[in-house]
Amino acid sequence: MSLLGKDLIGIEGLTREQITTILDVADPLKAISERAIKKVPTLRGMTVVNLFFEASTRTRISFEFAEKRMSADTVNVATAVSSVSKGETLVDTARNLEAMKIDMVVIRHPASGAPRFLADRIESNVINAGDGTHEHPTQGLLDLLTLRSHLGSLEGKRICICGDVLHSRVARSNIWGLKALGAQVAVCGPRSLLPGAITDLGVEVFGRIEEAIQWADALNVLRLQLERMERGYIPSLREYNRVFGLTRARLERAPKDLVILHPGPMNRGVEIDSDVADGPHSVILEQVTNGVAVRMAVLYLLAGNAPALADAAKAESA
Amino acid sequence: MTAPLLLTGGRLVDPSQGLDAVGDLLLIDGKVAAIGGAIAGPDGARRIDCAGQVVAPGLIDVHVHLREPGREDVETVATGAHAAVAGGFTAVAAMPNTRPVTDNQATVGFVKRQGEAAGFARVYPYGAITVGQMGETLAEFGEMVAAGAVAVSDDGKPVENAHILRTALEYAQTFGIPVVEHCEVMALAHGGAMHEGTVSARLGLKGIPAEAEEIDVIRCILLAKLTGGHIHLCHLSTKGSVDLVRWGKDQGVRVTAEVCSHHISLTHEAVEGYNTNAKMNPPLRTARDVEALQQGLKDGTIDLLVTDHAPHHYDEKEREFADAPNGIVGLETALGVNVTWLVDRGILTIPQLVDRMSCLPAKVFHLPGGTLATGSISDVTVFDPTRAWVVDPAAFKSKGRNTPYGGQTLRGRATCTIVGGRVVHSLDG
Repeated sequence: MSLLGKDLIGIEGLTREQITTILDVADPLKAISERAIKKVPTLRGMTVVNLFFEASTRTRISFEFAEKRMSADTVNVATAVSSVSKGETLVDTARNLEAMKIDMVVIRHPASGAPRFLADRIESNVINAGDGTHEHPTQGLLDLLTLRSHLGSLEGKRICICGDVLHSRVARSNIWGLKALGAQVAVCGPRSLLPGAITDLGVEVFGRIEEAIQWADALNVLRLQLERMERGYIPSLREYNRVFGLTRARLERAPKDLVILHPGPMNRGVEIDSDVADGPHSVILEQVTNGVAVRMAVLYLLAGNAPALADAAKAESA
Repeated sequence: MTAPLLLTGGRLVDPSQGLDAVGDLLLIDGKVAAIGGAIAGPDGARRIDCAGQVVAPGLIDVHVHLREPGREDVETVATGAHAAVAGGFTAVAAMPNTRPVTDNQATVGFVKRQGEAAGFARVYPYGAITVGQMGETLAEFGEMVAAGAVAVSDDGKPVENAHILRTALEYAQTFGIPVVEHCEVMALAHGGAMHEGTVSARLGLKGIPAEAEEIDVIRCILLAKLTGGHIHLCHLSTKGSVDLVRWGKDQGVRVTAEVCSHHISLTHEAVEGYNTNAKMNPPLRTARDVEALQQGLKDGTIDLLVTDHAPHHYDEKEREFADAPNGIVGLETALGVNVTWLVDRGILTIPQLVDRMSCLPAKVFHLPGGTLATGSISDVTVFDPTRAWVVDPAAFKSKGRNTPYGGQTLRGRATCTIVGGRVVHSLDG
């Protein structure tokens, strides 16, 4: 059994030590992607299935790069081509895959709890690549890795998550991860897009983005799903940008330089303006780079490898 | 004609006549022939030793789903009625959300006949309030009552149109039946899979706020006030609902209410791990709500206990939480759950529990039974309030296995169930 257990379902419940270990393993693995030959043999012979029941571009590609750079064999299953559309249940799909002798499943699913459900029923390691509005642990980890490289220790640092927290799995994973590392966490957005019980999760709430900018060391700006307007959560995207959008004018009033994160894909001109997204404080592309390293670290650790061997794995590529 | 039955030496608990004493009970020809003291039975009487057991008027569950017609794969009237007697219930009222909907005399008569043919618990059909439970056109209450319906309900679907609910409350008065409403504002509950609160925020499941129920509770109470009709409120789950019913009763409104065994014993924490056997509608709420429901039951604001027995196929619950159907089976665990959570914790006495599981259901729904008075029907439940047992879903008589109590130890179990003077369930053979 690995230091993470069999599966990575969420950041909730992970200890500070476990999270720190993942980040410490991920850090040196970044170097692999910088080399001419971007491959180490660490997971050679392992079979990983990327089981995506929901459209995803960057997360799926990021996982696939991570798997391939660790020399795992990968198969991608997307809903459009799977038998799920023929009425097969999730558990049957998984058991059929497992009958073909696989080692790990990376699952993205629109229903909260689907990865937990799967993990309880199959032998393979299960990695949650985002489930409904529950968690997206590897996104949370890559955000932590990115924040750590800019802010150093996150102990006491102030991070505000801005936008549609109600429907965001990224927000939940961030809240648990940041709190485990000792950061102060706040959320900011229209009350209609924050869970009623949000303060029970141990976060502060700001009603205005201006207040969040005054308070924070870093802002993690969430994507606003365009359908939220149709469902009656906000009146219009235009007003959302005017009241809650992260604009350069607002950012210029910050008492210090803020680190700006966004999990992507961005709605430019809605939750974030282009001059902020492309500006000097944005670390958005660095998040994407770190995503591959964090996923390599998770695969590496779940496969049962010892954290201390990460450096050796890196050295093999030299 | 069955032989006379003499139940000897049990603790006779019959709140309908203020009785709580050790004594004998004699049943002859489907009627209570004598009760109390030492009774010398007639020759040929079958004697059942009830020493150490409670002998009570038969338990009645006015809220079950027996799935027939339509979903005989998950339950039939016969298997449901068998589960009922195994759990100590001598009568159940079957909700009309069948396929087709029980919204006419023919289907009501069918359900009633299936119950009679099964020969376990008495099965009283509900009729729907509206045709097809669509909330638009009143179903034919008069014909359904003539065919055996004891109440009307669109359970599972609230009657959203206040005019239709008003006319139902008026029209039902001719037939002397309660209008039984599932309280839920659909627009607020839409897409919700559990109680809206801390746990839903953590699990990332869409929540159903308490107010989705409470807003409809007050609407129902006010419409009963307007019409003078009898509204019976299904499966209350929140503190606010208890407060509103208390207010309604204070105003003299003809409002009665029920609570499920799971709502007085479990909280939304039971959903942790995405446990689909803790998914039901209304959802499990907070500890504060559970306490208010227990108190409401104790002080009489909530009249009676039910199960909302809702069998589902194993495969239907074995899936993603949001997609799993609502409901759990309850007939075979309710008595144990109620004794364990209400009697053992000092919230209700045994006579109060019998009152809320037998006398009051009979009174509120105008059903036979709920009493052991001489001359009344001989429906009797014998149970051991101290007997500890482990819930084994595989041993259920119900086809449903979907229970959150599997593997748990409960105290209190029916040992003998008698319907119409006939022993239809005997735990120890």
